[in-house]
Amino acid sequence: MKKSKLVLIGNGMAGVRTLEELLKIAPEHYEITVFGAEPHPNYNRILLSPVLAGEMQIQDIILNELDWYAEHGIKLHTGKTVTRIDRVRRLVIADDGTEEAYDRLLIATGSTPFMLPVPGNQLGGVIGYRDIKDTDEMIEAAKRHKHAVVIGGGLLGLEAANGLKLRGMDVTVVHLGPWLLERQLDEVAGRMLQKSLEDKGLKFLLQKQTEALLPAADGSRVGAVRFKDGMQIPADLVVMAAGIRPNYALAEAAGIHCHRGIVVNDTMQTYDPRVYAVGECVSHRGIAYGLVAPLFEQAKVAANHLASYGIGRYVGSVTSTKLKVTGIDLFSAGEFMGGRDDTEEIVLNDPAGGVYKKLVIKDNKLVGGVMYGDTADGPWYFQLLKDGRDIHDIRDTLIFGQNLVGDVGHAGNSKAAEMPDSAEVCGCNGVSKGSICKAIKEKGLFSLDEVKKHTKAASSCGSCSGLVEQILASTIGGAYTPAKLDSKPICGCTEHSHKAVRETISAQHLTTKEAVFDFMEWKTPNGCDKCRPAINYYLISTFPHESRDDPQSRLINERAHANIQKDGTYSVVPRMWGGLTTPAELRAIADVAEKYQVPTVKVTGGQRIDLLGIRKEDLPGVWADLNAAGMVSGHAYGKSIRTVKTCVGAEHCRFGTQKSMDMGVKLEKMLFDMYAPHKVKLAVSGCPRNCAEAGIKDVGVIGVDSGYEIYVGGNGGIKTEVAVFLCKVRTDDEVMEYSGAFLQLYREEGWYLERTCHWLERVGLDYVKGKILEDEDGRKALHARLLDSLKDARDPWQTSREAKPIKQFIPIKLEA
Amino acid sequence: MSNWKLICPLDDIPPLGSRVVQRTSGGDIAIFRTATDEVFALHDKCAHKGGPLSQGLVHGKRVTCPLHGWNFELASGQAVAPDVGSCDTFEVKVEGGDVFLAV
Repeated sequence: MKKSKLVLIGNGMAGVRTLEELLKIAPEHYEITVFGAEPHPNYNRILLSPVLAGEMQIQDIILNELDWYAEHGIKLHTGKTVTRIDRVRRLVIADDGTEEAYDRLLIATGSTPFMLPVPGNQLGGVIGYRDIKDTDEMIEAAKRHKHAVVIGGGLLGLEAANGLKLRGMDVTVVHLGPWLLERQLDEVAGRMLQKSLEDKGLKFLLQKQTEALLPAADGSRVGAVRFKDGMQIPADLVVMAAGIRPNYALAEAAGIHCHRGIVVNDTMQTYDPRVYAVGECVSHRGIAYGLVAPLFEQAKVAANHLASYGIGRYVGSVTSTKLKVTGIDLFSAGEFMGGRDDTEEIVLNDPAGGVYKKLVIKDNKLVGGVMYGDTADGPWYFQLLKDGRDIHDIRDTLIFGQNLVGDVGHAGNSKAAEMPDSAEVCGCNGVSKGSICKAIKEKGLFSLDEVKKHTKAASSCGSCSGLVEQILASTIGGAYTPAKLDSKPICGCTEHSHKAVRETISAQHLTTKEAVFDFMEWKTPNGCDKCRPAINYYLISTFPHESRDDPQSRLINERAHANIQKDGTYSVVPRMWGGLTTPAELRAIADVAEKYQVPTVKVTGGQRIDLLGIRKEDLPGVWADLNAAGMVSGHAYGKSIRTVKTCVGAEHCRFGTQKSMDMGVKLEKMLFDMYAPHKVKLAVSGCPRNCAEAGIKDVGVIGVDSGYEIYVGGNGGIKTEVAVFLCKVRTDDEVMEYSGAFLQLYREEGWYLERTCHWLERVGLDYVKGKILEDEDGRKALHARLLDSLKDARDPWQTSREAKPIKQFIPIKLEA
Repeated sequence: MSNWKLICPLDDIPPLGSRVVQRTSGGDIAIFRTATDEVFALHDKCAHKGGPLSQGLVHGKRVTCPLHGWNFELASGQAVAPDVGSCDTFEVKVEGGDVFLAV
C-alpha cells in the first residue's frame, strides 16, 4: 500500500508533538515532511527564559535531535519559510522554491510577538522575544550595552527582564496595565511580585504609554524610549513583549477561513477537510491559546484524527500559569479575579511573610486561584479545579493546602522548588530531585507518566507522585497540566479511563476481557500488567457469578496465593480469624515451619504469623498441612480482605465495653475471600482506648457502652490517613450491615488500586453517607449483594491444590 | 546442530502463562505461551534484579517482571524502553502439540 503524504508547516512544539502522538498510534500511516523557518530542530521554547538567565544552554532545550527525524523517516526542511499553499494541486511552496505535495496538511505556524506600531520600531536593537535568534541577540546586547527596556509586564516580559538583569543590564519594565501580570494575578499578588522584583534590582514604570522609540546619536540603533507624558529614558535594547499575534496569514491567503487565528472545529480540522491546524496559530471556539499545555491536548486530538481513528475531541482548556523566575513563586489558574456576585473568596494574606493565597469558589467548587510566595499546593488546587470536585467538606482547611486536608505522609510535604538537587524524592527507587530535573530537561518530559517511565520515580509505591508533579510543574512551568482524574487513560493500551471502563462493562453487560478489549477498541491484543488485572476485577465484581475469574489476568501473588519475595520464594500467612489462634494451630504452623525448613517466621502487623522463604513447588504441600489443621488462606497477598485486627475487649479486659474479638471474627467470616479494588483491612476495638488501632483502617469499629462507632477510609501505609466517623450503631448485626454495605459500595464503584481513602477523597464522604445512612433500602441491598457475591467463597489454597492449575507449581526437570 | 528436548504438552502451559524448566546448571528457563499459542523461552532471571520472569504477567509478546515491573520482549529478550537490558533467549518449537527446547 502506498503511504499517504503528510506535510507539517511549522517545526515547533505543537506541530512536532502532534507528529509524536501520531507516530505512537500509527507509525506507518504517512510519509511525513516538515518545514521549519528556523534553522534548528524542534526545541522547547518555554525554556528560552532559563537560557537567557544563564541557567541552561541551547543544547539543553532541544527536544528532537536531527537523528529523531531521520529515525522516523521524516523529511525535514529547516530554514525554509513556506510562502504559499496551493489547495487545488495540494502543494506547499517554500521561499526557496521547494515544493512538497500533500494528502493531509498540518499547519502549526505559531505566533509572532506583537510589535507596537510606534515610530522607531524598525530600529536596530528593537526585538520581540520568541525564538533562539531573539535570545541570542539579547545575550549579545547584554555584553555590549547597558540600558534595556522591556515593554510589557506579562509573563514573557518579566522573564526577559529578569534574564537581562542577570546578564548585567540595567532593566526597566514598561507596562500599560495598573499592575503586573494583570491577566494572571489580582492586584495584591501583582504588587507583591513587583516588590520582590524591585528587590532584585528591576525598575518598573506602570500605566505608561510608549509614544516613540528614538535612535541613538550615531543612528545605528535605538537610543531611548519616549512616553506620551513626555518622559524619556535611555534604551540600547528594547524588547517588545506586549502580546503575541497568531500567524495565520499563510492559511488566510490560501482561502482557509480565519478569524483571529485559523478557525478549527473540535477535531482540529480547518474548513478544508484535508487541512488540520494546531497550536498558537489556531482559533478554537473563539480562543487562541498562548501557553503550551493546551497545545499538547490539541496535538493528541489532531494525531488521533490524522491516524483515522476518529475519536477524541478537543473542548478547550483551563490553563494555569507559573512564572519561571528563579526565587519567585507564583501560580494562578482559572477565574482567579473573583469578586462576582456568584463567587466567594477565601484569602490568606501575610505581606510580611511574603505569602498570599486567594481561592475563588463557586457552587462549592474551586473555579480559580492565585498564589504568591507559597505555590507548593498549586498543582493540587489545579487538579481540584479541573476535576470540579465538591470542596465543601474540606473548605475549612482548603486554603492551608493539601497537607492540612489529611495528608501527613510525605506527598508534597516539602516544597519542590526549595529542595536541593541531591534530595531523595522517591524513597523506593532512590531517585533524587536532580536526576528527575535532568530527565525532564534532557528527554523533554511533560507528564507524570513519562517521568515515572524514565526515572522510575513514583513508579513503585507512588507516595511521592505529588512531589514529582510539583517538580515537573516547577521545571517546565505552564507546560505542565495534570490530567483530569476521571479521564486519565488506564494505561498505554487504551484511551479509556477507569471510570469509562467500569461504566461500559456494566452498561454493555460485558463479561469477558476479550469483550472489553473488543468493544472498547483496545490498542494491544491482550492488554498489559496494568489494565488486565483491573479489567478482571471489574468483571468479577460487576457480575460475580456470571463472569469467570481469569487467573492469567492476576499478578503472581493472587495466582500463587502467596506473596513473592525478592529471591523468588514466597511467604505464606494462614488466616487467624480476628487474630485468634489455638495451641493446635500453633503446633501445626510449627510443624510446617520445620518440615519445609522455613528460614523466617514472623508476627505481622495484622496479628498473623508469616512463614517466609517457601519455595513455590512446596506451596501445595504447605497448604495441605495447614488445611489439615483446619486453617485456610490469610489472603495476605491480595487486593482483597486482609485482616480484622482486634483487641481483647469485654471478654477479658477490665475497660472493655464490647466483645471486640467476637465482633472481629464475625466480620472476618462475613468478608472471607472478598476481592476489592485494593487491599482491605479492618479493626475492632472494645472501647475508646482503641488498642486495635481502628483509626487507620479501611473500616474501624470502636465499641462504646451504648454500641459501636464505625469509622471509614483510614490508612496506615503510604499515606497515613485517619479514618472518618461514619455513624454509630447499636447492635452487632448493624455493624455487619453498615460495614458490609460500605465495602460493597467501594467494591462496585472504586477504581482498581484505589484504597478506600483515595476513593473517599474522590467521591466525598457525603456521597457515601447518602448511600449508607440515608437510604435504608439501598444499604440493605448493598449488603445483600456483598453476601450474594461471597456465597460460594472457598479457600483458594484448597481449591488450587486440588484443581488442574496445580501444574503451575511444579517445575519441569531437564536432565543434563 | 540443536538437540531438541521434549519439555511438555503445549496444553500444560496455560495461554498467557508460563512454566519453569529447571536445569542442573546454568539456571532456570521460563517457557511462555501467548494468546495465539506462540511459545518463547527466556532465561528465568530479570536483567534488573534477577526476578523470576516465569512468574510475570504475559501480554502480547511481552512479559512483565513480577518484582519491579520491567517489560521484556519474549522474542528478543530485550527490555522494553526506556529500560535497558536483556535476557538470554532459547530456541523453542511446538510440534504435534508438544513443546521442544533446544539444548
